[in-house]
Amino acid sequence: MKRELVISKIEKGTVIDHINAGKALLVLKILKIGVGSKDTVTLAMNVSSKKMGRKDIVKVANKFIGDEELNRIALIAPKATINLIENYEVRRKFKVKLPRFIEGILRCPNRNCITNSKEPVTPKFHVTLKDDVVTARCHYCGRVIKNVDEFVV
Amino acid sequence: MARFRHLISIDDLNRDDIIHILTKAESFEDVARGKIKSNLLEGKILANLFFEPSTRTRMSFETAMKRLGGDVINLTAQEISSIAKGETLADTVKVISRYVDAIVIRHPLEGSARFASEHSEVPVINAGDGAGQHPTQTLLDLYTIMKECGSLEGLKIALMGDLKYSRTVHSLIKALNLFKNKIYLISPESLRLPEEFSVDAEEVKLEDVIEEIDVLYVTRIQRERFPDEEEYRKVAGSYRITLKVLERAKESLVIMHPLPRVDEIDVSVDKTRHAKYFDQAFYGVPVRMAILCEVML
Repeated sequence: MKRELVISKIEKGTVIDHINAGKALLVLKILKIGVGSKDTVTLAMNVSSKKMGRKDIVKVANKFIGDEELNRIALIAPKATINLIENYEVRRKFKVKLPRFIEGILRCPNRNCITNSKEPVTPKFHVTLKDDVVTARCHYCGRVIKNVDEFVV
Repeated sequence: MARFRHLISIDDLNRDDIIHILTKAESFEDVARGKIKSNLLEGKILANLFFEPSTRTRMSFETAMKRLGGDVINLTAQEISSIAKGETLADTVKVISRYVDAIVIRHPLEGSARFASEHSEVPVINAGDGAGQHPTQTLLDLYTIMKECGSLEGLKIALMGDLKYSRTVHSLIKALNLFKNKIYLISPESLRLPEEFSVDAEEVKLEDVIEEIDVLYVTRIQRERFPDEEEYRKVAGSYRITLKVLERAKESLVIMHPLPRVDEIDVSVDKTRHAKYFDQAFYGVPVRMAILCEVML
């Protein structure tokens, strides 16, 4: 039986596959793709997957997103894979790699942290991955976040 | 070369850094007592930026600087309130760091000292950032243990009181982890050490370990941590050190307290050989001398 694609192929652009189910919108948030951005984006949520059971997929047409930006996705989807597409062919494929240090993606849950004050400061976090769980530690106050999804800005 | 430019958190120091500072502090003891004059920091100026009240920490930094021949400028309460009206901490630090050779900062927001260090032209020393870090207190605590017990290893150390919220205890536990000691934790159920510290320590009752411990580190149990007065009194009463409690203690037991105490150590204990909390406060001076020299020379 012929399998049908859930979302159509793109001629050129970035495909983010193996996103944990339900996290596609957060991925877009991390990539700063939202209201006002002109990128053509298609996404599929809760697609069945051999590896993951269920997964989300995001396709951004006509745009090659930089590695550094893509690697930030690992914060919420550490198993995500990236396909850079040209002429409907995969030009490059790689797995996201969790950055050890991130700036400006998460906010610190500690209300008494300097990053939640009027000071000119961008929140920064030291990130680690253990047993598939991402943990982020605030560079300033040291507060540790285990549920990073809840603190994406 | 200095081992560190800023001193923000005890986590930034390794075991060797700590031993280096404590050894250096020991060489400053006579200067700290005023027995020997020193001009090591002559011509240097320290800015004390205390956005929160402090007596011991601020004065001991000031004493340390002056005993080493340096000078100190302080923010007045009026200046602090004027800053609070508008100027950011970043700007305040950018300006003041151009006047002086080092900055000591205490600020109510956690992470403020690290933030200040990013905007400063000169070394920044954290003297307490909210409920966060207070590394010079930890170093003077370790120095007290080293001086009074003769070692930083192979000891049985009991930490007692508010282990949940006390930043002093949190930093000290992390630092003690770098050395090999047996740690006992003594606290009311509601004020236990948070799990994130995952240290190799045993929760006990004081009466079960009083005969064997070398150090008893007592902290204040704060009234505001309890839902009602009755609950507070019940708990505070059972975490009070008296002569009776110490009857079975080792002769060499050292009792420490970061001060100020309220009533967790009875004043009658002050006269015993165990009471080292006032010496501990003095040790803040040579330890801070060592830190000041480390960052400024």
